[in-house]
Amino acid sequence: MLEIIVEYVIVLLLVVGGGFLLVGSWGLARLPSLMTRLHGPTKATTLGVGACLIASMIFFPAMEGTYSAHELLIALFLFLTAPITANMIAKSHLHRQGRNIDPNPADDIREGLPQPSGGKGWATFDDSATLDQKVVSPVDQP
Amino acid sequence: MSPIGYALGFAIGCVALGMLLNLFRLLRGPTSGDRILALDTLTINIIAMVVLFGLWERTADYFEAALLLAMVGFLGTVAYSKFLLRGDIVE
Repeated sequence: MLEIIVEYVIVLLLVVGGGFLLVGSWGLARLPSLMTRLHGPTKATTLGVGACLIASMIFFPAMEGTYSAHELLIALFLFLTAPITANMIAKSHLHRQGRNIDPNPADDIREGLPQPSGGKGWATFDDSATLDQKVVSPVDQP
Repeated sequence: MSPIGYALGFAIGCVALGMLLNLFRLLRGPTSGDRILALDTLTINIIAMVVLFGLWERTADYFEAALLLAMVGFLGTVAYSKFLLRGDIVE
């Protein structure tokens, strides 16, 4: 009886994990701008990997009788690093894009970001690159 | 095949489809931030695939590979973003 319950818990975690991984990747491919695209991988995909790792954490002691702490290590590392990578990507995007705004049909905002106080950029604290002199790569124009 | 086998097949199929979507975003762009994000998500999907493959084969041999991929993927993403942000990685 207990084995069947454990088995179905593992099945549930695997299905939820696979579904969340697919939803996160689909959001990355589907959403209209980079700032919205950041949501999918950072939240849904991390949760999906966490569910798969918990399934593996239950599977090996229950079915094989072996135990290792690697899954916990991987899950902890991924959950710690996901917000940091999202922050770094958003900062570099703000830096490259200047004060332009991403095209997002859902909101009707047309004007760019407001001027930050102090004459420095949104993402960097560099004195030399003020906003007017900054060269924005034509590739990164939205 | 046990229910776990079916669930594993479903999860591996989902991860494979997700990797294809990541590759689409990696090729499409349009900005360099999109490509960095696609590479990061691809690394996370590869970690999930390695863990699920370890479950499929019923061995615990693949966790070191997953751990290494997690660390190298994080460092790579931070290095790419830092390079875009500052024009240099180690200042």
